[in-house]
Amino acid sequence: MTLLSVRDLVVNYHTQGGPVPAVRGVDIEIEKSEVLGLAGESGCGKSTIAGALLRLLPRGTEVTGSVLLNGEDVLAMRPGRLRAVRWTETSIVFQGAMHALNPVQRVGEQIEEAILIHHQAGEREAHVRVGGLLEQVGLPPRRIEDYPHELSGGQNQRVMIAMALACNPSLIIADEPTTALDVMVQAQVLKLLKELQRDLGLAMLFITHDLSVLVEVCDRLAIMYAGRIVEEGPAQSVFYESAHPYTRALADAFPAIGEGRFRKAPSGLPGDPPYPQDLPGGCTFHPRCPLAFEACPHIDPRLFDVSPRWRAACLLVDSAAPVLEGARTPGSDR
Amino acid sequence: MSTRRYLISKVLQALLTLAFVLAFNFFLFRGVGDPATELLRGHSGISRQAVEQLQRQLGLDLPLPQQFVHYVKETFQGHLGYSYFYNLPVSRVIAGRIWPTVLLIGLSTLAATALGIWIGIRQGWRRGSKYDQGMLGFTLFTYSMPEFWFGMLVIMAFAVGVGPFPALFPTGGYETVGASYTGFAHMIDVVNHMVLPFFVLTLAYLGEYSLIMRSSLLETLGEDFIVTARAKGVRENRVLYGHAVPNALLPTMTVTILQLGFVISGVITIELIFNWPGLGLLTATSVDQRDFPVLQGLFLLFSASVIVANLVADLLYSYLDPRVRAG
Amino acid sequence: MRPQPTSTGPVAAAPAVHIDAPEEPPRSPKQIARARRKAAAKRVWREYRKNKMGMAGLIILGFFIFVAIFAPVLASSCGLDPTCPSTGPQLQPPTFKYPLGTDDLGRSVLTLTIWGTRISMIVGLVSTAITILIGVTIGLIAGYYGAWRESVLMRLTDWFLVIPFLPLAIVLATLLGPSFYTVIFVIAITSWPSAARVIRAQVLSLKTRPYVERSRALGASDWHLVTRHILPNVGPLIFANTVLTVALAILYESTLSFLGLGDPLHTSWGTILENSFGAGAPFAGNWWWVVPPGLAIVLVVLSFTMIGYALDDILNPKLRAR
Repeated sequence: MTLLSVRDLVVNYHTQGGPVPAVRGVDIEIEKSEVLGLAGESGCGKSTIAGALLRLLPRGTEVTGSVLLNGEDVLAMRPGRLRAVRWTETSIVFQGAMHALNPVQRVGEQIEEAILIHHQAGEREAHVRVGGLLEQVGLPPRRIEDYPHELSGGQNQRVMIAMALACNPSLIIADEPTTALDVMVQAQVLKLLKELQRDLGLAMLFITHDLSVLVEVCDRLAIMYAGRIVEEGPAQSVFYESAHPYTRALADAFPAIGEGRFRKAPSGLPGDPPYPQDLPGGCTFHPRCPLAFEACPHIDPRLFDVSPRWRAACLLVDSAAPVLEGARTPGSDR
Repeated sequence: MSTRRYLISKVLQALLTLAFVLAFNFFLFRGVGDPATELLRGHSGISRQAVEQLQRQLGLDLPLPQQFVHYVKETFQGHLGYSYFYNLPVSRVIAGRIWPTVLLIGLSTLAATALGIWIGIRQGWRRGSKYDQGMLGFTLFTYSMPEFWFGMLVIMAFAVGVGPFPALFPTGGYETVGASYTGFAHMIDVVNHMVLPFFVLTLAYLGEYSLIMRSSLLETLGEDFIVTARAKGVRENRVLYGHAVPNALLPTMTVTILQLGFVISGVITIELIFNWPGLGLLTATSVDQRDFPVLQGLFLLFSASVIVANLVADLLYSYLDPRVRAG
Repeated sequence: MRPQPTSTGPVAAAPAVHIDAPEEPPRSPKQIARARRKAAAKRVWREYRKNKMGMAGLIILGFFIFVAIFAPVLASSCGLDPTCPSTGPQLQPPTFKYPLGTDDLGRSVLTLTIWGTRISMIVGLVSTAITILIGVTIGLIAGYYGAWRESVLMRLTDWFLVIPFLPLAIVLATLLGPSFYTVIFVIAITSWPSAARVIRAQVLSLKTRPYVERSRALGASDWHLVTRHILPNVGPLIFANTVLTVALAILYESTLSFLGLGDPLHTSWGTILENSFGAGAPFAGNWWWVVPPGLAIVLVVLSFTMIGYALDDILNPKLRAR
């Protein structure tokens, strides 16, 4: 059975100016121990998805569709069941750990709280477990007594990860876990996540805007644009042979040292991502797309199959070859 | 900077402010009439010589800077001058009135703070609800209302018993005149007299405190760690009281202490209305009697109290907030 | 609709506004700025109309302004003089002839209250004008120039803020003697610090905005920067702050008058209450002499406060983010 199966997820925020569509019909599937990466620019809706999966969005936000976690629809759960499922089946590693942790509570207590409220251990045992968790993420157990402000950004992020593991979930949602960190620390945390995922057989939904990070960690990649998934498939294929022009541009924006085609100017995309209240007609990407043609402003493409487990929402995929000009080949920028 | 340095700097700042107040006090009153003339006012037929002699006695013929130094020295020794009206040292006059005011302000502030915090939490948690809106309206109303007017209404309603209202309490004073209660009976008598002024003061400032707590809580509820707590599966009640309130309470407490200046301003008119024999009533009557030395002493005392209260608020905050405590 | 790049600086209340004008000769920058501001003001008014609290406050205030202006028409000033033939029996509860009863000198409380409107409003407005003038000047200098000027001015401001209002006001007013001007002066002196604080904070945040730095790089003088860029953008917030200050000033005036430090020659709501309390009205149950003037104070202060909050809601850029 698929661990996580999201169907037709739609999220509309309620603001003073009216409803704002943040997610416009998204499907996601994650198998046990599989790592799915979700990438896109700011405002594309990826963080909203993280919140939606456990119903953590602000009150009044409209969330429709189905979110099947181990076969149960999270969106239909009663509050008691939802609270029981939270953290025990799925937990979240938030970004900006310094702000995601309670400033006036010791970090050990915060991790313990997760264990205690789910009745997974008594107080003394929980305390011991927390020590073990901290060690698992590479922190000395004495850090239990520290407050968040006494730890560095990287250390706090490790605490978040330890906390996320506290109740032995089968799925971890990592919402931009490395974004707020320095590059060196980023690498360390990534390495830690990879190891933990491998050792514990965790499934992960890895959300970020940094595509290069995802290629290393993920089995599959999904690219989001303007509230929809525009490409999704095996990580290597999506990154190196991008079928969607947006994916292409995104991948190009992260130059790799040593690769020939980056010797010239760094590429980027003109324009800004569209406002959710003001989406272009037809294919939402067409105003910025270097390959747009006459049909693009008029037809909103669905996800077409590039190959059995690889789809992209571009009219070019429908009739043209999946491999675009000048595609990178795996191994060329290692 | 380390906590130690932070605290020391705060204490120094407070002392500096106190120094300003002393200087201000001194120069302001020297700038107006001549104290000697004022002291002898009301006594007819005083010769010029007698006035000058008194001036010499009071050290008024010395150059101003010397007078100031003298003034500061005297103040630190507790000599705050001589009351024109009571013919007693100002410190004696003031000392006799401190307790009733401390009692009134202390109890009403405790009540207003406790109630205000409790109400404010409910307001913030259920923002926009009827409870919240009703309370906001109440706060708006009490904010716009002069407390002495409210006091007069309360007297008419519950002390005199106008219209449908019952006369339940005495119209003023500290204790029943003529009766000589002792011990427990006396305490009850005082409490009986204190109910109405206490009620007015508490109600007048309750709204402010609830508003402060409400905004503090709203701000805290917007923080990321609240989402984390919910994500962990923590019950709503515990999210509120275990995570949000401890964080929201810190700034609330300090801001509450900072309200002391307003409470002092309020107590002056309230004591006048209820004839409550405290520092506030003393202030009001000294205005009528133009008893400058007493006013000077009171101004000093009030300002010093607020300065000290601010300092206490700073120290308290730094002690309670682990982020500041760690240095 | 994309936000336009900032050029002469965003007015806090107006994102891109397109001026739909027919073909006309190119306008000077000043004309463009003025037109933009007019459009912004219109937008603010349109939003203000939607704010129930603000509109209620405006209506109540309008009523009192009307009463203040037309006082002589509504109630002859002779009624303030106890020897006037229009006075009636003393301490009478409301009757048809004297809708709010009479005071201890036989004067109609309604007349007193109507005329009291003038002094209370004038004192409130004038003292606020002075307060804002001082506060803006000091806040501007402190925020804009920074360095030692800021330290000295802020130290002074903080000192004033710490001192409790009424004791300071009492001390000053007692020395100066009760009069119309004393009250105004005392209120202004004790109120300017909070205005200065707010202004300085705003100026500080504006000082580092790109368009200010750009302007300076182009050689703009301090005066130009302050009057053309900083003031107009601080303006809306000053306005909201001013309205709230008037509310406070009116409360302060009533308190000072109640304590006997007000203008002895004119009737204000505070002096009516001073007289009624002095004559023992609450203890005698003469509620008609106590309730109306106090209620008037409450309503006027309430109206200013509601207007101020409504404006703050609309104009404060931080609050608009939601």
